[in-house]
Amino acid sequence: MNPLELADAEPGPAFGVTLDGRELKALPGQTVAAVLWTAGVTSWRTTRGEGRPRGVFCGIGVCFDCLVTVNDRPNQRACLVPVRPGDVIRTQEGTGHGH
Amino acid sequence: MGTEPVGPRGGPSPRLAIVGAGPAGLAAALAAAGRGVHVTVIDSAEAPGGQFYRQPAAALGARRPQALHHQWRTWRRLRDGLERHIAAGNITHLPEHHVWCVERRSDGTPGQRPSAATDRFTVHALLGPGQEEPVEVRADAVVLATGGYEKVLPFPGWTLPGVVTAGGAQAMLKGGLVVSGRTAVVAGTGPLLLPVATGLAAAGVRVAALVESADPKALVRRAGTLAGRVDKLAEGAGYAVELLRRRVRTLVRHTVVEAHGTDRLEAVTVAALDAEGRVRPGSERRIPCDTLAVGHGMVPHTDLAESLGCRVDADGMSVAVDDEQRTDVPGVWAAGEATGIGGAALSLAEGHVAGRSAAARLRGREPDPREWAAAAASRTRLREFFAALDTVYVPPAHWAEQVTDDTVVCRCEEVTAGAVREAVGVLGAGDIRTVKLLTRAGMGWCQGRMCGPAVAGLAGCAEAVTRRPFARPVPLGVLARAGETGEPGRAPVESGEPGGLPVETEGRGGPAVK
Amino acid sequence: MVGAACALYAARAGLDVTVVDRGPVAGGTTGAGEGNLLVSDKEPGPELELALLSNRLWTELASEPGLGTAFEYDPKGGLVVASTPEGLAALETFAAGQRTAGVAAETVTAGQLQELEPELAPGLVGGVYYPQDAQVMPTLAAAHLVRASGARLLTGRTVTGVLRSPDGAVRGVRTDRGEIHAPAVVNAAGTWGGEVAALAGVHLPVLPRRGFVLVTEPLPPLVRHKVYAADYVADVASDSAALQTSPVVEGTAAGPVLIGASRERVGFDRSFSLPVVRALAAGATRLFPFLERVRAMRTYVGFRPYMPDHLPAIGPDPRVPGLFHACGHEGAGIGLATGTGQLIAQVLGGRAPDLDLTPFRPDRFAVHEEAAG
Repeated sequence: MNPLELADAEPGPAFGVTLDGRELKALPGQTVAAVLWTAGVTSWRTTRGEGRPRGVFCGIGVCFDCLVTVNDRPNQRACLVPVRPGDVIRTQEGTGHGH
Repeated sequence: MGTEPVGPRGGPSPRLAIVGAGPAGLAAALAAAGRGVHVTVIDSAEAPGGQFYRQPAAALGARRPQALHHQWRTWRRLRDGLERHIAAGNITHLPEHHVWCVERRSDGTPGQRPSAATDRFTVHALLGPGQEEPVEVRADAVVLATGGYEKVLPFPGWTLPGVVTAGGAQAMLKGGLVVSGRTAVVAGTGPLLLPVATGLAAAGVRVAALVESADPKALVRRAGTLAGRVDKLAEGAGYAVELLRRRVRTLVRHTVVEAHGTDRLEAVTVAALDAEGRVRPGSERRIPCDTLAVGHGMVPHTDLAESLGCRVDADGMSVAVDDEQRTDVPGVWAAGEATGIGGAALSLAEGHVAGRSAAARLRGREPDPREWAAAAASRTRLREFFAALDTVYVPPAHWAEQVTDDTVVCRCEEVTAGAVREAVGVLGAGDIRTVKLLTRAGMGWCQGRMCGPAVAGLAGCAEAVTRRPFARPVPLGVLARAGETGEPGRAPVESGEPGGLPVETEGRGGPAVK
Repeated sequence: MVGAACALYAARAGLDVTVVDRGPVAGGTTGAGEGNLLVSDKEPGPELELALLSNRLWTELASEPGLGTAFEYDPKGGLVVASTPEGLAALETFAAGQRTAGVAAETVTAGQLQELEPELAPGLVGGVYYPQDAQVMPTLAAAHLVRASGARLLTGRTVTGVLRSPDGAVRGVRTDRGEIHAPAVVNAAGTWGGEVAALAGVHLPVLPRRGFVLVTEPLPPLVRHKVYAADYVADVASDSAALQTSPVVEGTAAGPVLIGASRERVGFDRSFSLPVVRALAAGATRLFPFLERVRAMRTYVGFRPYMPDHLPAIGPDPRVPGLFHACGHEGAGIGLATGTGQLIAQVLGGRAPDLDLTPFRPDRFAVHEEAAG
């Protein structure tokens, strides 16, 4: 059993997005975080102090731990942002603003 | 939104804005709609339901979403009522609107004291998911049904990827139909842990243990209060059976003392608690897992209310309301978890009362509480029930002893427990604000929502109501133009013409409580 | 902050010091400040002399082992920019006067502005750079100065009275938790200094002037100096009760950019005002267009201790022997704290102060002047 089977889900056709250039399969309706979890990825940013890895924590947009860069926009909450075909997702470091 | 519903004497209907489309917000909307007010429900999610009735995204094509839910019939009643009222033009639903501030505007002359007659509200929102584009909704009154979020107390390793809040694991499962691994431990305290454990197990995750720090015997001692809620006890019993069926090991009076791993979670150490709530030496055991879903209760979202000037009780961090769910600021009602954590059924009752009261008062009528007697009775019972639960589901009394000095407490600013202790012990901080100023704990992206209770606990000072004038981060460019955006398709109230819609419609949302 | 600095310099002068505060450390205006150590916004006169003295003392403190890093001392320099040739001309005249008083002020051309602050809006005509301007994290500074002083720190204790001997001289304070005896009492209660003065039976017209500060998400160092528009100086010197905002933008060691500065005389009203922070955001994005898409995370409010002539009250109160005042520094209390502390320590010890205290006399306000202010 997996969650899709449990809910008897029949999503639309899968499409591709990239994480740091690597092709990932995404389903319509999934958030960025859901796509990454499905691909077995649990962290996608490092903190600006200690450089520690982080991913989803609260899952509802409150904690800002799951920040990620999507289509060059830094600090998007992966748990809120739905994926769109061709999205370029990048792991981010520190403030997310480069430097 | 093009047509303006008419009010009692042919003028435009008063406008009620409801922030939040969870159980409380929807109950309020259904109670007010069709009673001569136009309701706008403003919600951050893509679809209504809030956290409790969070649905899989429509595009995922879930044909059996109820597999992840309880009280599905109640939800269908809410959803159908909402759809009917939207079709009838009584309710406008604005999804993916992230409210960052509710502004109380005085339309009187500058310097004049605001009064109930001249006050109007502007709800400032950012359009999701980018949250860069502003939307402003004007209203004559506001119901704040902003819900709550989970409290998690820190322990060594809690920042490792793979450690998620119990509610987060559930939200990702309900909304995205995903899980973060194959083997999970569900831990902490509170009634949420049971559905999270059974939900994960049903979705194919091996739940290695359900670790509850509370003592179930205490529940029995509170049987007097709890007996009044046979349905709630039956619900709990149902989960227990489910856990047994799925062979989930339940460890009561146990706690997670550490999460292990280098770059992601590999195992947790759990230990038994003694009668005082201290870890029993030698009782530690290691459980391999790739997911830890952990939670220690809920915290109300009170930011919007606080910025409006509503009284927020530091005890429970909840918005203070009267019997009609009115806050102490004229024109502002609050309902649901924002007024104190009590679950979906209580939220429905409170939302119903708020909606009825607001609708009556917006039309200049003194409401008759007998109109909502059933909801009020349900509210009383449920508040008693949750007050009783609150005395049982408390984190271990000495949780702070397990938090080593090098444990990060403020996840955003990476402030350690040692730094918090130093601010108190060496630099003379005696309150949470000073600890924050001295350490930066609570100054990051989440603005202390995650670490607030933990910092207070470690510092040994009382939790204070945090002021967050921006309920979510807002681009400076949007802030610089706040108030300039008109509301699309809505004429200013002064120039409203008689519209074409009947005041009362057949669609009766009805109270969603018994 | 001023109290902490008084404690430090008094203790170093050999006095036995007790610090009493009804709140925590830095619980008043200090905790709500930006931590500016500025000479750039002051015209020649007693306040500028105090600022220059304080500036030197801050630099000395910052060089003491551990202290400078503990309170995030950053000698970043200030940059005042003008958007019109007339504004620039006025700024140059102002700077010329400051130079004669000992301020380092370097004229900056439009081209050089972009070198100093690459993210500045185009179209500014020039400015003046003030290398002496610096910044500290004010709460940390107050806490670490108290700690370094070795003074007894009694927080959460409210002073409820000033004890006087039969001859009228001060002999300590009464608090809600007992008496504290001392032959000298320093009133460093900031915006609430007037209330403490009243406990000793004297009048000191300290009024609150509200200010909001906006705080952004953490950023890499994109704003290098304290940058503000030339009209800020006029706002600081203004007597108006109405809202004034002029953009003041600076980065912090921790990452967020701080945006000020608003001034209103609305009493101690702590309620959030969207129109005020909206004006701050508008001013900041005009100076630094990249801030348009940067997110404001929070805003906080504080009350500057404002006195009718914009000068603090520093020194002994001739009306009450043993009572000293060190308050009313308006928005410059962090910057002026060290000089104030040094001057107070000097007069407490019976020594001649480094500066003439006449302009800061606590009894300089006649009642009719207050009514006019």
